[in-house]
Amino acid sequence: MPAPAVAGAPQLTIELRGVGKSFGGQPVLADIDVRLEPGSVHALVGENGAGKSTLSKIVSGVYTADAGELIVDGEEQRFTSPREALDRGIATIAQELALVPGLSVAENVFLGREPRTLGWVSRRKLRKAYLELAERTGFTLDPDVLVGALRTADQQKVEILRALARGASLIIMDEPTAALSAHDTELLHGVVRQLAASGHTVLLISHFLGEVLELCDTVTILRDGRLIRTAPAADETETTLIEGMLGRTLGSVFPPKPAAPTTEDAVLTVTDLVAPGVHGVSLAIRPGEIVGIAGLVGAGRSELAHAIYGAAPRFGGSVEVAGEACDPGIPAALRRGIFLIPESRKEQGLVLGRPIRQNVTLSNLADVATAGWLRHGAERRGARDMLERVTVAGDDRRPVSALSGGNQQKVLFARALQHPRRVLIADEPTRGVDVGSRRAIYDLIVGQAAHGIGVLVISSDVEEVLGLAHRILVVRGGRIVGEFAGDDMTEENILTAAFADPTVNEDA
Amino acid sequence: MSDTIGLKTIDVAPTPSVWQRIPWRSIAIVFPFLAVFIALAIGSPAFLGAQNLGNVLDRQSGILIVAAASTLVLIAGGIDLSIGATYMFTAVICGTVIVRVGGLGGALLGIAAGVVAGLLIGLANGLISTYLKINPLIATLAMSFIILGATKLVSQFGKQGIGQIRVDFPEFRWLATTKPLGISLPTWIALVIIVILAVVLWRTTFGRYVYAAGGNAEAARLAGIRVNLVRISTFALTGLAAGVAGVIDLARTPSVPENDAIATTLTFTVLAGIVVGGTSILGGEGAIWRTVLGILFIAMLYNGFTLLRIDPLFQGIALGAIILLAVGFDAWSRLRRR
Repeated sequence: MPAPAVAGAPQLTIELRGVGKSFGGQPVLADIDVRLEPGSVHALVGENGAGKSTLSKIVSGVYTADAGELIVDGEEQRFTSPREALDRGIATIAQELALVPGLSVAENVFLGREPRTLGWVSRRKLRKAYLELAERTGFTLDPDVLVGALRTADQQKVEILRALARGASLIIMDEPTAALSAHDTELLHGVVRQLAASGHTVLLISHFLGEVLELCDTVTILRDGRLIRTAPAADETETTLIEGMLGRTLGSVFPPKPAAPTTEDAVLTVTDLVAPGVHGVSLAIRPGEIVGIAGLVGAGRSELAHAIYGAAPRFGGSVEVAGEACDPGIPAALRRGIFLIPESRKEQGLVLGRPIRQNVTLSNLADVATAGWLRHGAERRGARDMLERVTVAGDDRRPVSALSGGNQQKVLFARALQHPRRVLIADEPTRGVDVGSRRAIYDLIVGQAAHGIGVLVISSDVEEVLGLAHRILVVRGGRIVGEFAGDDMTEENILTAAFADPTVNEDA
Repeated sequence: MSDTIGLKTIDVAPTPSVWQRIPWRSIAIVFPFLAVFIALAIGSPAFLGAQNLGNVLDRQSGILIVAAASTLVLIAGGIDLSIGATYMFTAVICGTVIVRVGGLGGALLGIAAGVVAGLLIGLANGLISTYLKINPLIATLAMSFIILGATKLVSQFGKQGIGQIRVDFPEFRWLATTKPLGISLPTWIALVIIVILAVVLWRTTFGRYVYAAGGNAEAARLAGIRVNLVRISTFALTGLAAGVAGVIDLARTPSVPENDAIATTLTFTVLAGIVVGGTSILGGEGAIWRTVLGILFIAMLYNGFTLLRIDPLFQGIALGAIILLAVGFDAWSRLRRR
């Protein structure tokens, strides 16, 4: 075990030369050259799937690059585990903090490497070591407070201190402010500046472009696994960053949109809906219309979907389907013809241990049962027909967990299609889905709209929303903050509305 | 999930052979069951006798009824530790009513009172562990203490002088002593209840919801299933079953010994039988026929110890080892399937 808290952490220069990485033969990163200067704050920006996380994971030893070299202080390194990278002074602060809430700040900082006397943890030595570390790095946090009682920004400080205690000189932060309030965001920005001032390097992955421009020295833009450019932050603006992150034309990934309906009455009308994470949303969808919901993670997109579907308590407002009021609660929503394909198919959609067939019919058992008595033949035929329509082959008595992500998603679509619906809400319909299945899922969505169903597509992939929807609503802070249709439906407009600086909109 | 993007997986696995298609994990209990059955048949001439087998089934009827219903609770993702206490309580209620009212009317009233008391306790267990959001393990543990206390309270009214409640009246005992077609009435009742519950689980929408609620409660909820209602129903059915079992066993005995250990033993044996049968304690999987085999397996084991005159001291040790083996096998096969 290396000695904790090396005084005056050594400065690290890290360079990536021609780095590439593929998963299953599909390149996700190609030919990346980046140099991280010691004592600087370096941002990685790009859309979802651009390769930011993969790149940071190569630096932190989670992945090993297939091509190119990783050079740390002039020598080539091949990290095979995060442990090795940590020994070389590279630490990652994860989005999900890995702290023990029932232990104090000091105990958490030295977790697993507590100073000992004859095998017993020495509280005195622990305190002393903590105070030395705090003084050297300039962090002020009471060592004796329980971590569970701290606010999130301070918990992140503890996590950073832990990294520093292990001698880290490059700290990678993946979306550190995504879950923070405006005040905590300011606090964390202070911490990042302090780290850089004391000679540490910070690699920051962020969706908040204002934050990137304000905080960082250098910005690297990635798109589709390729390096677009690395430039001083002072030379960039939000517009130039967004332009850099865009680029690829919306090609044949998407099926042609069905003609947008014009005059018909709305099939779904939501008025002043208030629910957990939803603060007064009104919207209307016409039959055959595909409406996209864009916004950042945590903006309230899924919360809105759950509120409409009745999966979350409704505090106020109303939901109407074709002019008829829909009572709160999922069974009522299903009766009115609303169906939700939830965000996480493994946690919220499928019963993984049960057969594929039973997962298809789970919401539609009334169609294949008489007075609660299942007609197995009807169920078998119904499920087979649906699985054929969504192109899932093979024995449907296998557990659904045997299928790939894309086919699992199609099973949920089969469940949606088996019973006539009027409104279909698809939350992140292609997350973790392979390219082949992706097109099939888009076809299913468009096909539903062509049959006169109102479709709500929620996605953090802006291209996906643009490629599918007739009209796009942008959500931020549980409210609809932008609506774009026709020529206004551009990635710039959506990103500008969604990426507004969190500090400005906190009390909006 | 970015590491799977672009990974085009083909899900059409090579056609498995007949050997591979057999769900070994589900039918695992069959083998030890048959092994012990055959071993006893060879080792003890008395075992295969109609008298002995009939006795084993008759004595197990109460426990089988409770275990069949408890299997539903476990599959739905809950657990009920109060079954033993409920079983005792319903017997005491039944006995007290019979002693106080008397006659055939009293017997019928007592039977009804015992069964209804079980149903009400089951409902309470369900409501506490769903709407009050108290973990069912803790909720039913607490309930079992409350019920055992209440049992002693009620039995004050049923006792004549000191000692136990005695209901040795033919107006009541016919429940256990009648033998239609040479098989005891309790065995018939158990058979009917087991078949009904097994069919409900296998062939009704409710059964499907039970599996879904235990397999993935959130997914079941979002699919439109009233998960709480499903779980409450399983607890209510279990309470009802404990009531039936309590009444039947009272008719056989026909007295209620005041001994909490009987309640505890029943709870443990039922859970042991379910687990040995291969129903997952994590919910979402299991079957009633497996529970029946599990309970009978344990009963045969005990019966065998008696027939072969092995020190009963070893019964507990053997059962414990078997439970560990069963759960270990379950965990191992889950791991391997990942």
